[in-house]
Amino acid sequence: MLGGIDPALLVAALLVNSVPILLAATGELVVEKAGVLNLGVEGMMIMGAICGFVTAVATGNPYLGFLGGALGAMALSAVFGVLTQVLQTNQVATGLALTLFGLGLSSLIGQSYVGIKPPETLDLPLGPLADVPFLGVAVFSHDWMVYGSVLIVAAVWWVLKFSRTGLILRAVGESHDAAHALGYKVTRIRLLAVLFGGALAGLGGAYVSLVRVPQWTDGITAGAGWIALAIVVFASWKPWRVLAGAYLFGGISVLQLNLQAAGSAIPVEYLSMAPYLITILVLVIMSSGKGRAALAAPACLGQSFHASR
Amino acid sequence: MLRLERRPSPSVFWERASPFLAVALTMVAGGVMFWLLGKNPFEAIRTIFWDPLFDPQFASYSRPQLLVKAAPLILIAIGLSLGFRAGIWNIGAEGQYIMGAIFGAAAGLAVYPVESRLIFPVMIVAGALGGFVWAMIPALLKTVFRTNEILVSLLLVYVAQNILAMMALGTLRNPEGNGFPGSRNLSQIPAMANPELIAGTGMHWGVVAAFMAVIAGYVLLQRHILGFQIKLAGQAPKAARFAGVSPARLVVLCLGISGVLAGLAGVFEVTGPAGQISIDFNVGYGFTAIIVAFLGRLNPVGILFAGLLMALTYIGGELAQLMLGLPSAAIQAFQGMLLFFLLATDLLTNFRIRLAKREAA
Amino acid sequence: MLTPPVRAGRAKGAVALEVVGLSVASPIPFGTALKDVNFVVRQGEVLGIAGVAGNGQDELLLALSGELRSDAGAVKIAGVSVGDKGPNERRKAGLVAAPEERLGHAAAPDMTLVENALLSGAVRQGLVRRGFIDRAAAEGFAAGIGKDFDVRTPGTHVAARALSGGNLQKFVVGRELSQTPTIIVINQPTWGVDAAAAAAIRQAILDRASGGAAVVVISQDLDELLEIADDFAALNGGRLTPTRPVQGLTVDEIGLMMGGTHGLEAAHG
Repeated sequence: MLGGIDPALLVAALLVNSVPILLAATGELVVEKAGVLNLGVEGMMIMGAICGFVTAVATGNPYLGFLGGALGAMALSAVFGVLTQVLQTNQVATGLALTLFGLGLSSLIGQSYVGIKPPETLDLPLGPLADVPFLGVAVFSHDWMVYGSVLIVAAVWWVLKFSRTGLILRAVGESHDAAHALGYKVTRIRLLAVLFGGALAGLGGAYVSLVRVPQWTDGITAGAGWIALAIVVFASWKPWRVLAGAYLFGGISVLQLNLQAAGSAIPVEYLSMAPYLITILVLVIMSSGKGRAALAAPACLGQSFHASR
Repeated sequence: MLRLERRPSPSVFWERASPFLAVALTMVAGGVMFWLLGKNPFEAIRTIFWDPLFDPQFASYSRPQLLVKAAPLILIAIGLSLGFRAGIWNIGAEGQYIMGAIFGAAAGLAVYPVESRLIFPVMIVAGALGGFVWAMIPALLKTVFRTNEILVSLLLVYVAQNILAMMALGTLRNPEGNGFPGSRNLSQIPAMANPELIAGTGMHWGVVAAFMAVIAGYVLLQRHILGFQIKLAGQAPKAARFAGVSPARLVVLCLGISGVLAGLAGVFEVTGPAGQISIDFNVGYGFTAIIVAFLGRLNPVGILFAGLLMALTYIGGELAQLMLGLPSAAIQAFQGMLLFFLLATDLLTNFRIRLAKREAA
Repeated sequence: MLTPPVRAGRAKGAVALEVVGLSVASPIPFGTALKDVNFVVRQGEVLGIAGVAGNGQDELLLALSGELRSDAGAVKIAGVSVGDKGPNERRKAGLVAAPEERLGHAAAPDMTLVENALLSGAVRQGLVRRGFIDRAAAEGFAAGIGKDFDVRTPGTHVAARALSGGNLQKFVVGRELSQTPTIIVINQPTWGVDAAAAAAIRQAILDRASGGAAVVVISQDLDELLEIADDFAALNGGRLTPTRPVQGLTVDEIGLMMGGTHGLEAAHG
């Protein structure tokens, strides 16, 4: 089966591989729920990757590394927030600028860090659970981020669905004029959402450079930010579906990497383009037909808001 | 307390002036960045913007490079600007550029070693077709299934890069290349080369095409009804439908035109300056062209100058790398910063900044 | 106030616009679908369509202007089926339309008045030749609208959003009426417009009707409809009542029509 790949290891790799896009997509979901389209996820992720890496190497502490990654990406998202929310720039163009700038700046910061190993992020000790057959290897022997990311999805789901904060956030995304008329600070709420999205993208990026690879190379995120954006559409802006989408894509990329390593007869290039092609295919399926994803999109997505008073 | 006030009509002055302000602000911020990297900011700015054109030692080499580097940027940016104006976001020009190069090179190499004057024109057409085909994928998915063209066109860049690797390592690899990756050197094959037309100027067929694209773009936007429809669809989509503009037709047209132009840029590059299909012959022109399009205010004449300026930062960046040891990534960050400042200063076109006291009416 | 001003000597001509069993889903989120709408407008006749907002007025305008396509036979201009044709083909056939929303639908806010004149005037005024815009002709057309309809503006090169609501409405309605149309469809012709401008717009509409144009006025302003319309119908939940002559219509009857009592004709035998 699958050229002798151990299914437990496959599941384990899937969980680890999905963390970056899961975090980034969850952050972007919150941003889009507030009515803001931030196409700079790729740029924020890579800033998170390098800032996390630099912090972890400098302090020798991987946990501070994650914090540094989140802060670095948040700083970049703050630029996006100020430009789009205060200075009324076009969200699509600004998001692209964020990605182009992030790629350049990260490579600039990272040039003296190539070839260094970051401090290791240890697995969470789950005691006897790790000895359970199959599940022990597949599910119960991972670092804290694997579990933390799932908890974050759960928290985002709960907040959006049940809390007053979530209600206000969704109101701002569905109709900024109505929310403004009700006295909510549309710009402030959106800025906070953008910062939250930046922090999660940064965590995801830091996970790439600190755990998944783990080292620094230019362009290390390799389009994960764009796939995260696609997953938000795929998930119809629903948190649990983001989880499903991220695991699906994590699974596909793990599978193709394993096939490459196993010396499959399929050329390497076909395998490496597979995740992108499948993402496109899923986007097409989600955007056509009766259950059109566009119908689930927040009504004010991508529109700028300027209170005349 | 600063307050923004919408202008009744866009300011003509700031529409022209804001790119200059943005460039100036970028030089200041870039200077700070260079200073943080431990370089003399004034020397760095001078090396990037002045020396390639006027330094007696480097200018003779650098000046022709200006046109060589600006041509693909202008060609691609003209195409992108049409879509951006219409609210159709093709951000996968890099992929269309790669596919244009592959199609063009493959068309020529398929008949190697036949010598004919027809081969080069056929390669150009094939290159345009390659870019067109690649752009039609997001266009048709958008019109038929309403799939987001931003994500599809971007994801196709990664697919194109893998196809490029496949071509450079396999199908198009030079059989006489001792196993090294990369195709035959097209610029060395007379029937396929895109040579310098006037010695010492850097002028090649791609530059000619870029100038033609600027003129065609200008006429289209100023005089042709299609240009009017593009502007209308971007500014007021409902009014565009009222005017009888078909959104689907516009998507196919804008993506088609930008695909063709990006494909042309690819084939001119691979037959000239780059010379061969190699795994990394593309250097991100497709992405930098996005900055060029905005820097030129989505205006063909503006794009002409923006392309030249951006080419200057490439050449000056190389020079700064050589002379000052400034890392090449610094230039990439510098270009990204330029786009930020551009978008931010754009505000002045549509808004007035007023000093207002709190609670003032 | 229920007796409209008498417009003498106007014989009703041939059928200009015919709508037969028009049913179409709404393209607007939370909009109202049109359900089996039927009416006929003759040359020289003004049909007033009343209704409370959101009962299908916007959809009816879209379906008549060609922005919303339907079955070919559902809309006929002078007997020719155009239901599946777009706005410009309908303009060629003689139908012009003025939507309710001035900024963003009838006019592009950031474009100049010249460009906005071109927006819907290109086809009938011949402002485009072999794909190229005839600038001089477009400027002439825009200036002519400004003069004929008393649009107060510093010039034709200002952006549409710089105009006041009333002036922009005069420009938008003027643009459509200046194209020698045979059929005119207007949604809310005087919405948010000052009294003087409103009177001028109504007079211009009546003048076109006297000249032989068939007119459909969709409005929430009952007084306006009763003043200018010959025939009256009401939209309710996407359905249209049968058409009744305005002359002799009582307030009670209007109330029943607007309330959606579709059995009205049965009651009157």
